[in-house]
Amino acid sequence: MAERCAVIGVGQTHHTSCRADVSIAGLVREAVDRALVSAHMTMADIDAIVIGKAPDMLEGVMMPELWLVDALAAAGKPVFRVHTAGSVGGSTAIVAAQHVMSGVHKRVLTVGFEKQSDGNAMWALSVPMPFGMPVHAGAGGYFSPIIRSYIKRSGAPAHIGCMVAVKDRTNACKNPYAHLHEPDWTLEKAMASPMLWDPVRMVETCPSSDGAMALVLASEDVADAHTGPKAWVHATAMRSEPTAFAGRNQVSPKASEDCAADLWRKAGITSPIDEIDAVEMYVPFAWFEPMWLESLGFAPKDQGWRYVEDGVTEMTGRLPVNCSGGVLSSNPIGASGMLRFGEAAMQVMGIAGEHQVDSVRKAFGHAYGGGSQFFAMWVVGANKP
Amino acid sequence: MSDDVLRIRTPIGIKYQYSAGPRVSSHLHGLMDGRFVGKRCPTCHLVYMPPRNGTCAKCGCLLGEDVEVGQRGTITTFCIVNVPFLGQTIKIPYVAATILLDGADMGMSHLIQEVEAADVRMGMRVEPVWRPRDEWQPSMENVLYFRPTGEPDAAFESYAGQL
Ligand SMILES: [Zn+2]
Repeated sequence: MAERCAVIGVGQTHHTSCRADVSIAGLVREAVDRALVSAHMTMADIDAIVIGKAPDMLEGVMMPELWLVDALAAAGKPVFRVHTAGSVGGSTAIVAAQHVMSGVHKRVLTVGFEKQSDGNAMWALSVPMPFGMPVHAGAGGYFSPIIRSYIKRSGAPAHIGCMVAVKDRTNACKNPYAHLHEPDWTLEKAMASPMLWDPVRMVETCPSSDGAMALVLASEDVADAHTGPKAWVHATAMRSEPTAFAGRNQVSPKASEDCAADLWRKAGITSPIDEIDAVEMYVPFAWFEPMWLESLGFAPKDQGWRYVEDGVTEMTGRLPVNCSGGVLSSNPIGASGMLRFGEAAMQVMGIAGEHQVDSVRKAFGHAYGGGSQFFAMWVVGANKP
Repeated sequence: MSDDVLRIRTPIGIKYQYSAGPRVSSHLHGLMDGRFVGKRCPTCHLVYMPPRNGTCAKCGCLLGEDVEVGQRGTITTFCIVNVPFLGQTIKIPYVAATILLDGADMGMSHLIQEVEAADVRMGMRVEPVWRPRDEWQPSMENVLYFRPTGEPDAAFESYAGQL
């Protein structure tokens, strides 16, 4: 039986296209300092640090965790680096939670970051593969054919991606930390947005951001003594699969379905759409909202787009999805998963400010990475599990 | 302060050797010979093309016999790339398609040409256009691109399980 664990501190940077004023170390420290203030702690209180970021090629700094030891005041403490591509922020938070649930540590600091302005992610994600044809064009070039498959398979009308984009951009205006604050999007304007990776329009893609997110996770006794808001970790799950294999379902990978099923079972949830009050889902391309709604068990197969069209995932809907504006409004890649996990915790803690949903008892945080092949998910709740 | 040095530019680069491993050898020999050689999984009997790791991801076993798959195939899905980016080697706009070669059980990415991007369809039948033989390397780049064969489109059901 695992020990109980709660999120008692959350801190993030203002996400933006270029933080030329700080180094990676400075960026990370900014989020960490905010998380420590929220946890009523200082660096000296922390037992261990778990850090994650996406591929080192994105900034060209190999093993940045070595460089960051001093910025994280980690001398003499255990430091653990996690890497699972875009899902890393979620996987990192889960590994940090496991540091607590194992009973080994009581106060664990975890941080995810990316400083996209230091490198060129589009280049780093388009490196030719040996003996293959170099047709790859970044993450958009990888995911757009999968989106086309979903549209064909489900019979979704063409405007669904734009509906998701307008919703998330509108939600982001309520989040002071979001990278994009663009209040004037309409469906009509979105539909006129240029096709970058046909069928994916520019408005349906995420920005390139610099940013960091940090959480403080605590054991039950520490969390009980904490006088501020907290979110209890009810369940976590991770799954992986290869990028390419014969007979692979790329629209709804088996690893995604298995991960969600495992999570709901561990959390004792039988009807996700009825029992989850707020969702922070990893949606770097707008069409992934309906795709993940189905894959995760919130909507029946081929019906996810109807939930979008009917406004179910609006902030005022039955299942609010990405009230923070999501990845579509801020994408510091290595932090993006932890932003989903942390924003879910913020909804439970009641500290989400203008994008707070009323009386959230249970929230879901989700991240995926690589070629839809790494999955990390958690459920956090107001009550002890 | 305005005279602070906040950013410096430091390009780096390196060339790597790639160890393909013996189990990919017949595939690479095939490409040097103008043929597409995949491998069949002895457990689930699906044909990997290309057999990149020499293993079946689902069964966890080594792939078995070589299987020469067809030159022709079906576009299962595709993307029209309109974005310029650093390191791009193909002129935009171009169609990057997933092609299921006849007899293979997985798609592979390649370029589609000799057709307007707007006319490319899921299910379209295509064939390779090979480079001149004296330029061949152990690489799928031996095929310049695929082009429509003019055959009727494949039925959606025939490749729906490959999406
Ligand atoms: Zn097999």
